[in-house]
Amino acid sequence: MKTKWVSAPYLVWMTVFIAVPLLMIAVFAFTSNDGGFTIKNIQDVGQYANIFFRSIWLSVIATAICLVMAYPVSFILSRMEKHRQATMLMIVMLPMWMNFLLRTYAWMTLLGNNGVINHLLGLIGIGPLKLINTSGAVVLGMVYNYLPFMILPLYSVMVKIDKSVIEAASDLGCGSFATLFRVIVPLSLPGITSGITMVFVPAISTFIISRMLGGGSNLLIGDLIEMQFLGNAYNPHLGAAISLVLMVIILVIMTVMNQFSPDDQVLI
Amino acid sequence: MKKLGKIYLALVLFFLYIPIFVLIVFSFNESKSRSVFSGFTLDWYRKLFQNDIIISSLVNTIIIAVLASIISTVLGTLAAIGINGMRKVPKAVVMNITNMPIINPEIVTGVSLMLLFVFFAARMNLEFGFVTLLIAHITFDVPYVILNIMPKFRQMDPHLYEAAQDLGCNPFSAFIKVVLPEIMPGVVSGFLMAFTYSLDDFVISYFTSGSSSQTLPVTIYSMTRRKVSPEINALSTIIFGVVVIILIVKNVIELRQMKKKEA
Repeated sequence: MKTKWVSAPYLVWMTVFIAVPLLMIAVFAFTSNDGGFTIKNIQDVGQYANIFFRSIWLSVIATAICLVMAYPVSFILSRMEKHRQATMLMIVMLPMWMNFLLRTYAWMTLLGNNGVINHLLGLIGIGPLKLINTSGAVVLGMVYNYLPFMILPLYSVMVKIDKSVIEAASDLGCGSFATLFRVIVPLSLPGITSGITMVFVPAISTFIISRMLGGGSNLLIGDLIEMQFLGNAYNPHLGAAISLVLMVIILVIMTVMNQFSPDDQVLI
Repeated sequence: MKKLGKIYLALVLFFLYIPIFVLIVFSFNESKSRSVFSGFTLDWYRKLFQNDIIISSLVNTIIIAVLASIISTVLGTLAAIGINGMRKVPKAVVMNITNMPIINPEIVTGVSLMLLFVFFAARMNLEFGFVTLLIAHITFDVPYVILNIMPKFRQMDPHLYEAAQDLGCNPFSAFIKVVLPEIMPGVVSGFLMAFTYSLDDFVISYFTSGSSSQTLPVTIYSMTRRKVSPEINALSTIIFGVVVIILIVKNVIELRQMKKKEA
């Protein structure tokens, strides 16, 4: 088939709008304002080590909570009758179809100092508690926004686990814990790894959730990058350096995750 | 055990739906309060429809999503055909670059495009606005189209195309009559995916839009920066209603098709 030429328009597009911009990030990261080569930007990233650690830490916690919360949901879904599965899955995924800004805004309403939760707590004589502008609120926002990203890949792997495999395990003397950890978890490993990447990558790079629920005191890597490009701190060279470091962190974590995945199939 | 599972599922659903439920309730609230419901009103809906910025950015969002998804479907379908015919190494290179916008955090894709547009803006007569938004949306849409179509080629018998030509089709009509129907499900799902991603995108639009042309999510973001604007609640309620209707219609159609197949 001599069809290679039909992809030419896309190859041009891909080069100009995917490859070149990414190269520009690398170039900006290693140049100064006057265009000369420098590693000062990369060194400057070190000043923000605390923000990097906070981002990694909060997104690791959020990913862990998502995994623990989503695992039983996906399992219960995958064991339902076929026609009920489709409906339940739709109900679980439906909030995802709302723009994530609106979903995060909803939590601002709930958690605010004059918000619904504090109002209800006030009625029984508690509070007001400081709920919003805390790192806990940021983690909550991440879990709420990205939980479906964990449920979906887990479900799509678990639905393929044959009922008879689980029955066989218990027939052969496995208790429910042994069945879970020696049969179900190993079989759902590809779902676990892709779920973790699908939650972790957006969580570590978010700037909206921290901005809306974390106040000014819970800056994440995303906020830092945004400030260099659109904020008062305008410095695209530093912003590019931070983006580059973020990409490297994610690359390292994804490589580690892929080591645990039994096949190289990536679920999207 | 079964009962426990049901209770757990109910709790998770409660967690997922309670914020949306609260938004909907407060969209009918008379006062601006976010905690006390003082009386029923439709004022916020009226104000929403009188808000020119929201209406114009909504129109803008739909125009961009329609254009971007159509262009990226054409571009991506042609790309997938070409990539499928490539040898191993160039194919791997192209696919790796294609995957970049999907693997990379959105903010990185956003700022990388912004850097490119700033570069062009300084040298040519390029303004941040409709054109930059459209280019950005096509750029993150095409990979999804390609990734939806590529597996269809793998499932297809490669000899079908040759057989069609042996039986008298020229390469073009062989493509239209044999290959296209085979990959069509991928083309359609790629298009729908591109369209929904375009409608929903905030991060990349945020970095590539200008004051002259914004999408709805960017407008919503600037609204949330202000203290309290109950119009957002009204907007959320409408969006939620539209989503529910679309999904119910989609499910009813699918159920009917399933029953037809069974019959």
